[in-house]
Parts: sequence; C-alpha cells; structure tokens
Amino acid sequence: MRYLPLTDADRQAMLATVGVETIDDLFSDVPKDALNPDLKLPDHKGEFEVERHLSAYAKKNHAAGDGPFFAGCGAYRHHVPATVDHIIQRSEFLTAYTPYQPEIAQGTLQYLFEFQSQVAELTGMEVANASMYDGSTATAEAALMARRITKRNKVVMAGGLHPHYAEVVRTNEELIGDTVLQAPATPGAGAVLDMIDDETSCVIVQSPDVFGFLRDLEGITEKAHARGALVVAVVTEAVSLGLLKSPGSQGVDIVVGEGQSIGNALNFGGPYLGLFAARQKHIRHMPGRLCGETVDADGRRGFVLTLSTREQHIRRDKATSNICTNSGLCALAFTVHMSLMGGKGLREVATLSHESACKTADALEAIDGVEVLNDTFFNEFTVRLPKNASQVVDSLAEQGIIAGVPGGRLWPGREETENLLIIAATELTQDSDIKALASALRAAV
Amino acid sequence: MTNETFTGHKGLQLEVPLLFEEGSYEKAGVDLPQPSGTKSRLGDQGAEHAPHLPAFTEPQAMRHFVRLSQKNYAIDMGIFPLGSCTMKHNPRLNEKMARLPGFADLHPLAPEKTAQGALALIHELQDWLCELTGMPAVAMSPKAGAHGELCGMMAIRAAIVAKGEEKTRTRVLVPESAHGTNPATAVQCGFTVDKLPGTEDGRVDLEAMKAKLGDDVAAIMVTNPNTCGLFERDIRAMADAVHEAGGYFYCDGANFNAIVGKARPGDLGVDAMHINLHKTFSTPHGGGGPGSGPTVLSDALAPFAPIPAVVKEGETFRLIEQEEGDFADSFGRMVAFHGQMGMFVRALSYMLSHGADGLRKVGEDSVLNANYVRVRLAEEMTQGYPGPCMHEALFSDKWLKDTGVGTLDFAKAMIDEGFHPMTMYFPLVVSGAMLIEPTETESKASLDEFCDSLLGLAKAAKAGETERFKNAPYFAPRSRLDETKAARQPKLRWVEPEEGAMAAE
Repeated sequence: MRYLPLTDADRQAMLATVGVETIDDLFSDVPKDALNPDLKLPDHKGEFEVERHLSAYAKKNHAAGDGPFFAGCGAYRHHVPATVDHIIQRSEFLTAYTPYQPEIAQGTLQYLFEFQSQVAELTGMEVANASMYDGSTATAEAALMARRITKRNKVVMAGGLHPHYAEVVRTNEELIGDTVLQAPATPGAGAVLDMIDDETSCVIVQSPDVFGFLRDLEGITEKAHARGALVVAVVTEAVSLGLLKSPGSQGVDIVVGEGQSIGNALNFGGPYLGLFAARQKHIRHMPGRLCGETVDADGRRGFVLTLSTREQHIRRDKATSNICTNSGLCALAFTVHMSLMGGKGLREVATLSHESACKTADALEAIDGVEVLNDTFFNEFTVRLPKNASQVVDSLAEQGIIAGVPGGRLWPGREETENLLIIAATELTQDSDIKALASALRAAV
Repeated sequence: MTNETFTGHKGLQLEVPLLFEEGSYEKAGVDLPQPSGTKSRLGDQGAEHAPHLPAFTEPQAMRHFVRLSQKNYAIDMGIFPLGSCTMKHNPRLNEKMARLPGFADLHPLAPEKTAQGALALIHELQDWLCELTGMPAVAMSPKAGAHGELCGMMAIRAAIVAKGEEKTRTRVLVPESAHGTNPATAVQCGFTVDKLPGTEDGRVDLEAMKAKLGDDVAAIMVTNPNTCGLFERDIRAMADAVHEAGGYFYCDGANFNAIVGKARPGDLGVDAMHINLHKTFSTPHGGGGPGSGPTVLSDALAPFAPIPAVVKEGETFRLIEQEEGDFADSFGRMVAFHGQMGMFVRALSYMLSHGADGLRKVGEDSVLNANYVRVRLAEEMTQGYPGPCMHEALFSDKWLKDTGVGTLDFAKAMIDEGFHPMTMYFPLVVSGAMLIEPTETESKASLDEFCDSLLGLAKAAKAGETERFKNAPYFAPRSRLDETKAARQPKLRWVEPEEGAMAAE
C-alpha cells in the first residue's frame, strides 16, 4: 500500500483520539447491508506488475509514430519539444488545484494570462478565456453564448463543420428546445448562406473545414450580421492560425477551437484543449474561467480569476455555463510550446505542414482513379476514391500505414461520403511517408 | 538592512516578467528545416505576416516557467485540504503509463483494429467503475465532473422524453448545500431548480423533500456524502420516494472518495452519478484540469447513455459511434472523440495499484484522517454539525465571533504557516464555512503539524492578535490581491504599451 502513509499503530491511536473502537463506527450512517460490499476485483499490485499490465495494452496499439501517418479531422500529430513535457510535469503545476488562492498560485495565474493573450492574438480577437474541455464543447458553449446575446433560438451550421462538433451542438441545443440546422456535408459546398434568417442566433463555420477547404469568413460574416446573427468561427487545427488570416480579422464574433495540436499529444482523443475567444463587449456572456491582471496590497502586479459572477460557483442556476474544471495543464503545454515557437516559429511549422500536404496531394493526384477535391486547403484535403474508403484505410493499416480518416467513419451509413478519404500532413510527414502512401494507395484502388 | 533589493528578487523568491516583456521577436526555441517553397494552395486566405507573438530560446523558456512554477503551492509540497476537491497524492507511475506511445501517440480516429489495446483498457476501466459503484453501465466520454453531471441529467431528460413527460416534468430538486454546478447543470438541461432545505444535522430534510415531490419533478440532485461531509442516512428513503413519484435520483459523486470500496451507490438507489477521476482516482488536477467525469447509470437510464461507447464482441473491442443496436435510444454525442483517454490510463493504473483491498483502505483512511482533524480542531473551533464526519470536516465561524478575524483572514494566515487553505464559505448553509478534506495520503505527522498550527492560530485569533490575520499572507509571493479592481477594469490580456509609455512610468 505504497500510497497510504498511516501505519496500523497510527490508525489505532487515531481511532482512540476520535473516540471510536473500529473504523466502521465512523461509517454507521451507511445502511448495514450496504457496508463493505464484496468486490469482484483483484487485490493491490506492485509498480512493475501494474506497468506490465498496462504496457501490454499499449503494445497492442499502432502508434502514430510507428509508420506513415495521415489522420487529422480535429486531432493532429505535430512535434512537441521535450521542454514542454518537462514543464508540465513540474509538481507545482501538475499537482496544484484551480488557482482559488491567488497569493500562492501566481505561477498558474500568470501562465493563464499569457495563454489568454496568445489565444487572443492568434485568433485576432480581443479576449480569450482560460480554456474549455475541447473544441467540440467550446463550440456548443459558443452557440449557447450567441443565444444569450441575441435572445434567438436557431443555430445554423455549415456543412463543413466537423460532424462530432455538429452533434455536440445539437445535443446541447435541443435540450432547451432550440432549432439546429446544418447544411449538407458536401466537400466545397457553401449552402449555409441561404439558411440564415431573422431568427438565427448564430452561424457556425469551420475553417479550414472538415474536408480541408478554407472558407471565406468575411463574406459569411457580412451576410450574417445583416440579419442580426452572430458568427462563430471554428478552428480544429490551431497550427493553421500561423499561416491563415485570423478569424477575428474577418469580423467574426466568437472564435472557438481545438488547441491540441500546439503542445499536446494525440492521446486517443483526450485530454484536449478548448479555445474560446470573443469580443470585449461580450465578456460578461462568456463561459469558463477568466484570468485578469490586478495589483496586490503592496502595489505589485499580480493575477486573479475574475468576473466570476458569470460562473456556477457564484451564480448557480443563473450561471453562463456549468463548467468548472477545464484544461489548465493542456493550456500550459500550449503556452510553453507557443512561447518556444513565437509567432514566427508557428508560421514556419504551419508552412512546413502546408508544404507536406501540398506534396501529398501532388503525389495522390497522379494516381488514376484518385481525385483531390480541394481547390484550397491548409494541411488537410479530401480525395474521392473509386471504392469504399473505409476498406482502403483498413487494408493500408494492415501494411502499417494510417492513410487518413474515411468518410464512413465520420458519417456512418451515408453513401455520398463513403468513398471520401480525408488526409492530413504536418511538419513530421516525411517524403518517404508520402511515397509509401501513394504506392499503397495506387495498389489498393 | 533594507527590505529592498536592486533586482526586485528576494532570495529564492524571483520576480517573473511576462513572456511579452522578456521574449524576443528575433530568436526562438525551435530549429526547423527550411521550407522548400512549394506553391501555396491557400487561395486568398493566407495571412501576410506571422502572428505578433514573442518567443524564448530554450534556456529562457525553462527559466521563465520554472520560476513561475515556484510561485505555486501544490500537493507535492504539503497538505492541500480543499474540501470537496480531494487533493490526494498523484502517483508518478500513472504519468509514466499515460505517456507510453501506444496511448499518447494514438489518434482518436485510428482504425479500430489498430487501437484494440486502447479500447480494451477503456473496457477494463468500465468494469472497475461499474463494480466499485454497483451500477450496470457507465458513460466514459464526459470530460470533467460538471460534464458528467450534464451527462447524467441529459440521460434523465431523455428518459423523461421517452415517456412523453417532458412538458410536465420540468422541476429538479437541489439541496441548498449543493455544489454550484448542480443547479447550473439542471438549467442547462432545460429544467427549473427548486431548493431543498436541510435538517439541523446537516442532511437533506426527507419530509420536506417528500412534500415537494410530484408529477412535475424530474429528478433530485443530491451529493453523497454531502457537502457538509456527512453521509445522507436517509438516502434509500429518498431514492424510494423520488422513484415512487416517477422521478430520478442524480447523485453528485464528487465525494466518492469517502466511500470507495466501503459502499456502492448502486446499492443505495441511485440512477446516475459522475465520478471525478481527478479526485477519487488520483489523476492530477493540473492547476484547473484536465479532469474526467465518467458517469455511471442505472438500468433505467442505461439505454439513453451517450455515444460513443466501447463494447466487447467476442474477443474484439468495438467503438459504437452511432445510434444503433443497444444504443438506438442514446441521447447523442456530448464530445468529439471518446473522452479523456490520458486520464483513463492514469486512473486504471491507480486502481490496479490499490486493488479492491487498497481502495477500501483509501475510503477508511480518508474518513479516519478527517475525523482525527475534526476532533483535534474542535478543541478551539466550532463544528458545523455535531457528530462524526466522512472524508471532510466542516467548521463554522462561530468560534471567531467578536475576534475581529473572519474566515478569509484565518485562511490567509494559514498560507503563512505553509499550508493551502481549506475550502471557504462553502457550503452556503453554514456561516463562514471552513471545509477541510485532508485525504488518505496525509501521514499522522502531517496531520499533527497541520492541527497544531491551526490550533495555534485559533488561540492567537481569540487572544486578539488580529495583526497576524488582517493583512495576511505576509510570506507569500504576493500579498492580498485586489479582486475588485480586476473585475471593475478587466484586463484579460497583454497589450503592447504605447511607445514611450514605459519610460514615463
């Protein structure tokens, strides 16, 4: 019992101090027949036994680094400098709580302030919060925020919004009886504009979208604002912000996104990092923690969690969101990685990722029967295959190649998308990976 | 000897400028290959310039963040007795396991065949959680405790919709002592909230609850052990009553640590409960997350569980990602991908380490430690409610009456003693509440030092040594921060000072 410091002698002495005879005297409020249930679980194990047990699971997985790798769709494999993992494992960051006592939590609070500043700059917005769970839940929260601001009850989603994100928005909005509409998920289509009307609270547009297309946020914003609707821009690949026009510069009202690809590992889908940025005039409608600058009693600069009258622990049933714990340590990983790259370094990583994707697209376009659908893309694009893409992905996986995400995985049972394969590349993609993918794909189709 | 230094540093207490003040726009901490100059396919969406963000070289980054880290208190430094937060030791084996490439470098949409080990691990964790709670099903995707609450309440809502009662069952009963997330969650699910009064001994008033039940009640949301650190001894009667009225029982599982291995919510009539893996099962809190909030569900709610879900078919593990088969009535998806895998690995690592025998000891020692602190501190401080507690001890501020010292002052003086303060002013049902949760990972010596110090402070407060409290902390990296200024003039990001403004200051 290596995690339990009490000795049996301690326990006896402490029971005596407390004034009871046995430990179960302290559990006397528990119904007798429910106390000390017989658990069908193994007893404790030593460290190397646990390691053996879990390593066996890990070995059964094909890690992204085990071979050519082209999957994206909201989770990207970029290089994370060794410094990042060292910093986030510092005891003082790893094992601290939410910074409720600012006098002894300036470390956490200052990096949150730096994080908010970085996210605001990258998204081109005025303010950002201290993180959400992930991109999908941040998107759902943005829809709820737009509802509070506009007092309207209809959400319009572009067809290129990641289907998981769209489902999360739907799950949350329909609970409260709102209408949620989505344009068909068709690569390159822009049907969303016709769906905006005077009841629309917000239009949710992803760029680069799930098929990799870059969307004209400025045009959409103009149309939406003319009808009094807000625009929520979604970014699922944070690295794209290093090379693309920021959503904020195109006039959108809220920017949400997935920050995983800066500083954080793939982790089979979590923990990830929800980004949430907005206009200054809307800060009192924002969900989540906000860190602000202030001074201490001696006039020294310091940071605190602020505007908490929006939050559940103060406002309870009138809060802007129920969120409490968010993604603090993932935000630290983002902040450290961003601070190593700076804006220039991020642009370089983004450029290299874009070039990898361009080279991949060039190689695949040369294959008979494979059609690249994108006119524009950042580091991810969609190809149409002459056959079911899921089968192709499975057969390439047998050869140790993760070819991308097949349409059938994101839109199960939908015929129009089942031959589509969505392919992502990053600065880690090598020419040899591209060659391996192209030759395996040529053989498979 | 002056108190001032030329640098502003004070020995080991090093001041840290902001990244934006000490970073560079020329140098960086990454060396990357040269781009090859491939023709861009960005169309007209390319930005002309890089984002305006400074960088550090690697040694500068290390120093910046290590210096920052030294301004934090952490569980690895000492007792972190925040009530209802379960700040226990975070084993490093868990960190090592979560970083195995087979878990950390695995894409969420990797073909199922290539992720069998990950799915098998999730499946084993599901088995542990179901067995430990005595519940038949668990939803793994919720990202944190409040998200788990949302999951449970969404399942309840879906069950009500399935019965065609969504127009009438709109009220949720929540005790006054509940976490703020409970009422916030209920409202997020389209319910209205009605407050449940407590009894004089700190429990839900069963009779008052029964009086409020009716065919418009969707659910009760009750924390057990509750936020006063007490076991709801009428829990079965409460469950029976709400079930009889056609409603459901949501149990807030934030305090599961007290009863892990000792009692199972499934044996007590609960329909849904979230489990904070970052509390009970030792995954680190990380200064505000990430958490993980798997939510166990009763037979009545299991059909409405969210997707995705991991199931075992023969020797193969499958990820159910659409509303099909057993999941045809699912309320849908509440998150992209499949939940907090990194936390799942850590939690299972912890469970395997403790085993059934060890987890029971966790519950026992957490309760013993809390009661030991309760009894020792009761010498000077007033208990919130009489009698033994579970894993956390609640005190009011009655004993500070007429001392001129308040709960906040007392807590800030604890910082000078080298401790993180307890939870303050929560639960709301006790005046000036101080809620202390030591957890099972504190040794007796650690508890004694803590109690000795608090008793010393209590005597000092009563003896009129207000100076020790009023401006505390004196020995922290910062003295009390002006929260009013922060809220009145929100400054939420770095803004480049105007040219020359720095010099003028």
